[in-house]
Amino acid sequence: MSVVDQKAIELPPRISEASVADYFALLKPRVMSLVIFTALVGLMIAPGHVHPVLGFISILCIAVGAGASGALNMALEGDIDVLMSRTANRPIPRGRITRGEAMGFGLTLSFFSVMTLGALVNWYAGGLLAFTIFFYVVIYTMGLKRRTAQNIVIGGAAGALPPVVAWAAATGSLSVEPLLLFLIIFFWTPPHFWALALFRSDDYARAGVPMLPVVAGPDATRLQILLYTIVLVAIAAAPWPLGYFDWVYGVTSLVLGAGMLVLAINVYRHRTGSTALRATRRLFAFSILYLFALFAVLLLDVVARTVAPLIW
Amino acid sequence: MDNDSKPKPERIVLTEAQKKRRRERSIAIAWAVGLLVLLFFAVTFVKGPGVLVRPM
Repeated sequence: MSVVDQKAIELPPRISEASVADYFALLKPRVMSLVIFTALVGLMIAPGHVHPVLGFISILCIAVGAGASGALNMALEGDIDVLMSRTANRPIPRGRITRGEAMGFGLTLSFFSVMTLGALVNWYAGGLLAFTIFFYVVIYTMGLKRRTAQNIVIGGAAGALPPVVAWAAATGSLSVEPLLLFLIIFFWTPPHFWALALFRSDDYARAGVPMLPVVAGPDATRLQILLYTIVLVAIAAAPWPLGYFDWVYGVTSLVLGAGMLVLAINVYRHRTGSTALRATRRLFAFSILYLFALFAVLLLDVVARTVAPLIW
Repeated sequence: MDNDSKPKPERIVLTEAQKKRRRERSIAIAWAVGLLVLLFFAVTFVKGPGVLVRPM
């Protein structure tokens, strides 16, 4: 009996025709852009001065680490990505890149992003970035995603960590402010992804992914979206009365939070037909704007406080 | 036996598309490595002698 599979020897070697764009798509650039933005806010609101070069390296490493997580996620989910219309166009389901190539690409980028952040900035941030990648790939992708309807609730921690890593890169320590940013993204994740899962539930059911609408049904999901939105709005506004962020942030978070609440109530009330679909899509789209605007206010506040003394 | 009569080993011949893509990937890797070198070099200027001090 031969140890080597004879068929494997007879098969012609596979020559890759993957383009640079295919590899770039493995990094999930849209997710990466939100990671870059939230990390930038974490870096900017941190106390003290960060040298621009070190700040740039920190954001770059966090972005590449997030991209590496995306590549590893696609390598591990190639079998279900091909079954879902939302993901069927990714490089692995299209046959442009093999799962092994994506795995190698993701591991290489993970190693370099963590080591570069550790060596050039500080090892505290490097360690946190390594933990973020581990959490997303091992805990979320390998552990939770195919096993429990709470997958994106717990897994949301990975997406919430970039501003914490950035704060650690800037200060070498942790504080309450980055943890508040963490909590905002953490509680934002369930309403955002369950809104998506509501209008993509057929996709998830076909792939056997136990998203909440598939497991508990759309009505239970609508209730959970509303409850998580109430918690999100309260947590997002809390830093103002607690004295961590100023009134501009507070008022913005209340106005945007009111918008999130109205849309979540609409999702809860309209349960059938095109009205229900429209309500869900609106909540999904607005949730992206909500998070972006909330973090943008924090960024503008820092910029205004930096620029104002130069003008006046 | 002269060289012409020897059986030639089978070789993989890349198509033009494969060659083009491989070249593009190689260039992208070169840019990435170049950027990494540049970053490490820039940090030696930013940190000066402190580049050897790496806080936990």
